[in-house]
This record gives sequence, structure tokens and C-alpha cells, in this order.
Amino acid sequence: MSGIFIRGEGAVSPAGWGVVALRDAIARGDPLPVKELARPGWSRPLMVRTVPPAAPRPEFISHARLRRASSISHYAVAAALEALGAEATELANGALRLGIVMCVMSGCVNYSRRFYDETLKNPATASPLVFPETVFNAPASHLAALLGTTAINYTLVGDTGTMLQGLTLAADWLMNKLVDGCLVIGAEEIDWLTADAVRMFSSQAQVSEGAGALYLRREPGPAPAVELRAVTDSYLFCRNQTRALAAQKARAELGAGSAEHLLCDGLQAVPRLDREEAAAWRDWPGVRLSVKQTLGEGLMAAAAWQCIAAVDALRNGKFASANVSVVGCNQQAIAAQFERMRL
Amino acid sequence: MLFPVPRKAESSRVVITGAGIITALGRGWKENAEGFRVGRAAVRPVTLFDVSRQRVKVAAEADMPAPLPRTNLREHRLQRMDRAARLLLVAAHEAWQQAGWTVSEDLPVVLGTTSGGMSLGQDYYLQAIEAPQSRRLQATRMLHYQAQRQGLDLVEAFGFQGPITIIANACASGANALGHAFELVRRGHAQRVLTGGYDALSHLVFAGFDSLQALSPTVCRPFDAHRDGLALGEGAAVLALETLEYVRHRDAEILGEIVGYGASADSHHLTQPHPNGDAAFASMSAACDSAHLNPEQVGYVNAHGTGTPLNDSAEAAAINRWAGTRARMLPVSSTKFSIGHLLGGAGAVEALVCLMALRGQWLPPTSTVETPEPACAFPIVRKPTEAKLEYVLSNSFGFGGANATLILRRWS
Repeated sequence: MSGIFIRGEGAVSPAGWGVVALRDAIARGDPLPVKELARPGWSRPLMVRTVPPAAPRPEFISHARLRRASSISHYAVAAALEALGAEATELANGALRLGIVMCVMSGCVNYSRRFYDETLKNPATASPLVFPETVFNAPASHLAALLGTTAINYTLVGDTGTMLQGLTLAADWLMNKLVDGCLVIGAEEIDWLTADAVRMFSSQAQVSEGAGALYLRREPGPAPAVELRAVTDSYLFCRNQTRALAAQKARAELGAGSAEHLLCDGLQAVPRLDREEAAAWRDWPGVRLSVKQTLGEGLMAAAAWQCIAAVDALRNGKFASANVSVVGCNQQAIAAQFERMRL
Repeated sequence: MLFPVPRKAESSRVVITGAGIITALGRGWKENAEGFRVGRAAVRPVTLFDVSRQRVKVAAEADMPAPLPRTNLREHRLQRMDRAARLLLVAAHEAWQQAGWTVSEDLPVVLGTTSGGMSLGQDYYLQAIEAPQSRRLQATRMLHYQAQRQGLDLVEAFGFQGPITIIANACASGANALGHAFELVRRGHAQRVLTGGYDALSHLVFAGFDSLQALSPTVCRPFDAHRDGLALGEGAAVLALETLEYVRHRDAEILGEIVGYGASADSHHLTQPHPNGDAAFASMSAACDSAHLNPEQVGYVNAHGTGTPLNDSAEAAAINRWAGTRARMLPVSSTKFSIGHLLGGAGAVEALVCLMALRGQWLPPTSTVETPEPACAFPIVRKPTEAKLEYVLSNSFGFGGANATLILRRWS
């Protein structure tokens, strides 16, 4: 036993607001519909998967810190609140030291683009309200303010494998009793700038947005409990370690698997992007779930959805163990293993 | 395996065996130590981008060495590196050389930055708007803009294999990176870690601080009663950390020791600290707890001290409360008047300033203070001063309420 448990999950995705919407979309398996996103200077729009409007509008959006925040903060907060569930009240009582690990790749790109655009037009009128929202840790800050937590709070930046590094950071804080509970969140928002950038590497990849949150504690909580069993080393893509080799090493650390085991991989049905990960897990004997094929390339949010899909499947008793494989775009291959506890 | 890791029964002592720095004061330990010791200001007119329409037109620009230090990086890679990556490479090279480290598979990198290769992001956007049909260099800009690329550059430059962790906690990023690296070594997750912080000046960030009217239109004067804002700067500092046992095994020179780290979150406001400095107090207290020290044992505080009215009054309140009766005799200064606020690089650079102070047994002055802020119960170091230092404390606070404190110890 590792002694670190997943106590709650939360998700916002193109499937909707909440884990149930995510679960249902994955169960259906059909790719969610894409929308057109205008790209300045082009007649042909970009195709993306956006988060549908929340109905009803979440109450937290009226919080002073969140009224003007961009969508990445709203997604992160919604996912975090769902993952925390009733334990948010423990926070309000001051009985819980809650750490936050926010993981982003593209981050607060809407306001960054908007602020730079204003700066280029006339720096004298660039909005001082927008600039602070461009900072990578703005979503984590808003979440901490909403929850009233003053415990340690990191924003990690990197490729999508960073989400699994975030789990190890949270586990470390919990093991060393720096915090009583810890949220690990992966979040992204869509902007034409990001969609345009991803298109340069593959015209088939469809960018999406949202957030996923896992709530970790040392105590297993009510059954069915799910444990974070392992996170492999982070295998970098560098001169003497190709993406293919890195993916193979990550896979090798978690063992062969069996027919009762689930694999939540990052394949998105784009052969050029999938090649190395597909090869590394070619002989996987169990069931596979490729959430990006339904939800799109949500960058850090997608890595979080992979974890949530794995934990959710374990919680629902479908599998005894689940692996998550993340072969990032330009940094690392890494994998994690979750297990349903027999208490 | 990153998790689970075997738990060590006892914590390791974490020593510094390499340190590299580049700021507007110069390149390397010697030039910077002399500048900090005498309190030299290096703020000057901005030349890197057009500031003609900005309210403020000065910052602390670093002079980039040419050529860059020789490493395993090939020429085409060096050419693709932006200013931030180059600053980081220069600092890392000095630290690496000083530590005497060699190629290794198992060496984590922990970096702090606020904006990574922002200038490439700006170039990407400009071309996307001005020449939307052109893809020329856009993929390279997109890849090299991301902070993990700068980490990977270090990995390739010196021949090791990570993992890379990048903490983006605004202006506390550098201190958080050093703190996290310290914890990795202390808890036995790694025997050695290369860590640091970096940021380069960019138009977007400069305009952002100008729009907030956070930049001083006169002179940056941290803890002065008439202070009116900060100066921005750029640079990098990188430290080589290792366990004491590992250093003894290879007989390397020890420059100093990190003994404590604390972090907290201030949820008062996105850009303003709580006026009482509650989170700063919590961060300093946590660092002392981590080091098993009390404020009486700390000989100097290198404050976050941005020179903005709100930061300095909140930090003063926090130091007064944390130090208690010790405050009357506790020397405090800020070096941001000299090299500007380095944002993601600030915490790492200022920890290195503390290391220099410990090695040289001097206090870095804040030379621009004329009328000390009355709320400061502590003496502000305003002139070059010799001192007997055993422990020093460095504060870093950031947008979003990220607070981090490091405590360093002289090696003897």
C-alpha cells in the first residue's frame, strides 16, 4: 500500500460540467461534436471542442475573485469543488490544511493574447485588470481564495505528463504531513492561438478545453476506495532518449498488466502523434480507454481526464487496477497506476 | 519510480556546491558579489523593446555574453534559444563548472519562472497576426516558448536526464524551486538537484507592470517612506544542491547550506498582499520551523522588498511580528533597487545574494533609501556593512499570493 488515496474527482469537459457527463460521453465512445473557431486573417475557421455553457450558472462565478476571471479559472474551480465534495465544509471550519497543485501547459492564454494585443495597440490603455489574469498561477490563486486555504500551493508548467508529476508532488506533501488533503488539477482553455499552434503539428488533432481534479488524502475514505499505487519516473525526450524509448521505459516500470486491468491512454487517433505511445503499449492485455478520441486534445486537462476515467472505472467496480499513460508532446513520457482497495 | 519512494529515517543535510548568476550587475559570482556588497544600482534605459509609449522607460537589463558558454548544445540549438533560455544557460554553466559535476542519468532539475520564453511567444503572436498565412519559424517559436524547453536545453547542455519540474508561482517561483529542490534532497528523493530561477525582460510583462502603475517613475526605493514602485530586471541564478554525504564522498568545496524552507498562500487579493502580512508571517515561521531555528538566530533578512507601497508595508508588518523583540537589531535590506525585480528569477538570485553575504560576511545595502519607512521596526541596511552571519533568511512573494521563504547557513 502506498498510503495515498483518491478521495474525489471532478471534471469539466466538452461533455459538460461534472464527472457524470464525462463518464457518459466516454461510455458512448463517439467523438463529441466540434465547433468552428474564427482565426484572424483566415477565411477557414479552426475546429475545436469547447465546454458547453453551464446550466445553471455555477454560484462561485459571482465570487469577487472569479467574476472577471477567464474560463480556465472557472473550469478549474468547478472541477476542484466537485472533487472536494462535502469536505469543502471542513475547510470552511479551518479543520483542513488543503494544498493545491495546479498543472497547466498553455495556461491563461485568452487574457495573455488580449493583453498583448492591447499593449501593441496602445500600452497606455492596456488593462491593468487583465494583466494579473495572464499569470500562470492566477487560477490556483482564485481557487485558494474561494476555498479560503492558506496552505502550500504550486502551479506546475510543462507538457501533459506534468499532471502525473503533480500527483507525486501532492503525495509527497501528504506523506510529509505538510497538508491534510491536496487537490491536483489539470486545466486549459481554448483560444485560437493555441488551436493554431496545435494545428501546425497536426491538422487532425482537435483542441479541446476544460479541467480535471483529483482530491488526495492519506485516509481511504468510504468504500470503494482508490489508491494511487505508483507513478513511474519521468522519461525525458532528449538526444539519447527518443520519444519511443521514453514511452517504452515508462510502460516497462508498471509491469505487464492482465486482462482485468484497464489502460487509459492518450491516443487520439492521429497516427503521427500516437505512434510512440501505441508502440509502447501494443501488447497491453486488458481493456483500453482513449478519452482524447471522444473529448479531443485538452492538453493538461486531457491528462487529468485520463486519470479521472481510470479512477471512475475502478470506483464503479469494473476493474481492479488501472494504468494511465501520458506521452507528452515535447517533454516526457510517464505513467501512473491506480488500484481499487479491498477494505 | 517517482512514487512511492523509500522513506529515509533521517533527513539529509543539503549543501550548495555550485552557484551561477547573471544579472544587470554582470555575469558570474565575482561581478555580482562586488555590486551587491557596495549597493550598486544597475537600472538603465530599456533597449530591448519599444518603451516610447510606456509611462516608465527604465529597467535592469543584463548584458548577454557572446559567445555563450561551450556545452553539449549544438549551434543550431543555441541559435533557437531566446533571451531567457540564454540567461539560464549562462547561470547553469557557472554552477555546473563550480560544482564539478559530470554527466549523470539521475539528476532532477527544478526551475522557477513566470514567463519562460515569452519573447518567442510575442514573436509568434505578431507573425500570426501580421502574416497569418506564413508558418515560417512558427513551430520553433511555439516549442521554444514553453518553459519545459528551457529545462530540456539544460539537460542536453550538460548531459543528464531529469526529471524536469517547473514551478510557475509568479514572483515566488525561484524561491519555490529552490525550496522544492531542497526538500527533494533533504527527504532522500535525490542525492543531487540542479535548481534555479530565471526570467528575461519582455514587452508584455513590462507593459503589464506599467499598466498596474507598479513601476517606479523615479527611483526604486524599497522600504523608503516615499517609495513609489518597483524596477523590473532580468537574470538567472542556478544552484547545485547535494547531500552532505555525497559531497564528502567526492570531496568538493561546499559554499553554504540550505537549512529551511516555508511556503504559504495569501488569498487576500490577486495582486495585493494582506496588509498585516499574514501569509508572509506564516511563510517565515514555516521556514524557521523547518530549520529548527527561532528569529533570534537569524542574522539578516533579504526582504522581498519590491519598493511598492503595499508590498513593503505588508512585509514590514510581517517581519516585525515574526521577529518580535529581535526586530530592533535585525538588519534587513532589499537588493531589488539594484538589479530590479527578476520575477521568476528573483527568489533564486536573492538566495544567491544571501550565499554571497554568508561567504563574504557582509550585508548588501539598499542604497537608495533616504527616509526609512516608519512602519519598519528593524534597521534597514543602507550602507556597505560587514557582519558576522551564521543564518540568513530570504523572502519571496508573488502575484496570486504565493509566498516562499528560504533560510541559508554559512558553511564552516
